[in-house]
Amino acid sequence: MSQHVSLAGPSEVLAASSEVSEHQPLILVLFGLFVLATLFITVWAGRQTKDAADFYAGGRQFTGFQNGLAISGDYMSAASFLGIAGAISLFGYDGFLYSIGFLVAWLVALLLVAEPLRNSGRFTMGDVLAYRMRQRPVRTAAGASTIVVSIFYLLAQMAGAGVLVALLLGITTDAGKIGVVALVGVLMIVYVTIGGMKGTTWVQMVKAVLLIGGTVLITFLILLKFGFNISDLLGAAAENSGQGAAFLEPGLKYGATATSKLDFISLGIALVLGTAGLPHILIRFYTVPTAKAARKSVNWAIGIIGAFYLMTIVLGFGAAALLSPDEITASNKAGNTAAPLAALEIGGGGESAGGAILLAVISAVAFATILAVVAGLTLASSSSFAHDIYANVIRRGQATEKEEVRAARWATVFIGIVSIALGALARDLNVAGLVALAFAVAASANLPTILYSLFWKRFTTQGALWSIYGGLTSSVLLVLFSPVVSGKPTSMFPDVDFHWFPLANPGIISIPLGFLLGWLGTVLSKEEPDQGKYAELEVRSLTGTGAH
Amino acid sequence: MEVQKGAEFGELRRSHRSFAFPLTIAFTAWYLLYVLLSNYAGGFMGTKLFGNINVALVFGVLQFVTTFAIAWLYSRHAAKKLDPKAEAIKSRMEAGA
Repeated sequence: MSQHVSLAGPSEVLAASSEVSEHQPLILVLFGLFVLATLFITVWAGRQTKDAADFYAGGRQFTGFQNGLAISGDYMSAASFLGIAGAISLFGYDGFLYSIGFLVAWLVALLLVAEPLRNSGRFTMGDVLAYRMRQRPVRTAAGASTIVVSIFYLLAQMAGAGVLVALLLGITTDAGKIGVVALVGVLMIVYVTIGGMKGTTWVQMVKAVLLIGGTVLITFLILLKFGFNISDLLGAAAENSGQGAAFLEPGLKYGATATSKLDFISLGIALVLGTAGLPHILIRFYTVPTAKAARKSVNWAIGIIGAFYLMTIVLGFGAAALLSPDEITASNKAGNTAAPLAALEIGGGGESAGGAILLAVISAVAFATILAVVAGLTLASSSSFAHDIYANVIRRGQATEKEEVRAARWATVFIGIVSIALGALARDLNVAGLVALAFAVAASANLPTILYSLFWKRFTTQGALWSIYGGLTSSVLLVLFSPVVSGKPTSMFPDVDFHWFPLANPGIISIPLGFLLGWLGTVLSKEEPDQGKYAELEVRSLTGTGAH
Repeated sequence: MEVQKGAEFGELRRSHRSFAFPLTIAFTAWYLLYVLLSNYAGGFMGTKLFGNINVALVFGVLQFVTTFAIAWLYSRHAAKKLDPKAEAIKSRMEAGA
C-alpha cells in the first residue's frame, strides 16, 4: 500500500480499490489497445526518421493544428487531468483557481516566445540562448537547466504513474508497482528512440484526442444529470461536500494561513511565467515549418487547453456532487482518482456495465496521458544532451548528424533507465510538488535568459550564465529546504525536518532573482555584447530570414 | 546587418513590441489582481450573483475569456501588421542574398 492509500481507513481502501479493480480486464484491454496503436505509430514514424531534423523536430512538417493538438497532449499531464479534477472535488473553488495559471501562461508563449524561438533556433532551447553568446558555457548552462527541469517533471510523472496505474488495476504489491513504473519507462524509451519527434508527436496527438473525447463524454453526462444547470450542479456539490457555500469560494486550500496565501501567489507566478520556459514545450515549436504556424499552434493549444480546464470545472464539481469526500479520498488522499470514480458513478455505479465501460475509458485516458507526457520530457532532455552538450560542448561542433542522433538515442535509453530507477524508489514518496518545482525552475532559470536574449541588445554571456545558474540553484535550494521535502506530513520525507524556507513554491524569490542576476551579470560584465550577432538574431527572429 | 538599422525593420520591431509588451503587462496584472482578490477579498469574491454563481466564479471564467480574447487580438494584429512587413523584408533579403 502506498502512503497516500494507507492514510485512509483499511476497510475503505479495500472497498474503493476492489470497486475499481473489479473492472480490471476491460481496463487492461483498453491499455493494451492504446499501447499497440502507439507502437504501430512509432514504428511507422521511425521508418521516416532519417536525419537530425527528423529526429529532433519531426521533419518540421506538422501543421499548426497538429502541433496545437500535440502541445496540448504534451502539456496536460496526469497532474492537470486527474490532479485538478481531484483538487476541485475536495477543495472546490481553489482547485479551479489553481487551473487558471496553467492557461493564462500560454499568452507569454504566444506574445513573446513561440515565433521568435521558432525563427531563431534549430532543435533545442539552447540554440536560442547561445545564439549570440559564447557557445560552450551557455550551451552547458542551457543543457543543465533543461535536464534538471525535465528530470524533476519526469520523476513526478513516473512515480505518480506507478501509484495511479497500480490503483486502477488493483495492484497492491510492491513488485507490481515497480513493474508498472518499468513498463511506462520502457514504452517511453521505445517511443523516443525509434519514433523520435515524429513518433512522439503522433502519440501526443492521439492522447490529446482521447483526453478531450473522454472529458467531453463525462462532462456531457454530468451536465445531463443536472439538467445542464451549472448553478444546480454547484449547489449539489457544495451541499454534498459538507462545506456549504465556502466550497464555492476561494480559501479552502490556499486561504488557510498568511503563509499559504503567499505560497499561492508564488505558485501562480511560477505557473504563468514557467510554461514559456519549459524545454519540452519549447522544442515543439520547431516541428512546424514557419513562425506563423507556430503562432497557429499556440492558438489551437490555448483553445484546446482552455476548453479542457472549463470542462474540468464540471468534472471536479460533478465528482463532489456525486461522491462523498470519504469516497473520494479513500483510494487516494489527494483526490487523484476523483475523475475515474465520477466516471464509474455517472455510468451507473459499480455494478453496471455503463459504469465499468466509462471507468475503463477514463483509466485508459489517464494511462495515455502519462505516456505522452513522459515521452515528451525524455525527448527534450535527450535532445538537449545530444545537441547542446555532446555535439556543441564536448565535440565542439565537429560531430556529424549521425553521431549526434546516435548520442540522443543513447541518452534516451540512459535517461529512461535513470527515471525508472528514481520513479521506483520514489513510488511511495509524495512527489507531486516536483511539477510545481519544474515550473518554478523554468521560470527562474530559462525565461529570463530567453527574454533578455531576444529583446535586450546589451545582454551578455555573463548575464546569461548568472541568470541560468542563479535561477536554477536558488529555486532548487529553496525547494530542498522547503516543506515539499521535509518537515510536514505531506513532505517527501515526512520523518525528518530540515526545512527553513516556509513556502512550497520558490518562485516568488527565485524568479525575480533570475531576472535580477541576468541584468546584474550584464551590466557588470567587461565584455562588449556582440552587436552584429544581435542584429542578425533580431532580424531572423522577427522575419524568419535564414530560419531552419 | 544593414536591414536591422533600416526604417522598415524599425517599424516592424515597434509594431511587435508596442503591442506585445503592454498586453503582457496587462494580462499579468489582471491575473495577479485575480489571485490577490481570491486570497484577500474572500467576502467580495463570495458575493452571490444568481443562483449559486458567485463573483469568484465569474472572475475565474473571465480569465478564460480575456485569455481567448487576447490570443485572438494578437493573432489579428500579427496577420495585419506584422506578417506583411516581415515577409517583405524576408523576400527582399533572400532575393539580395
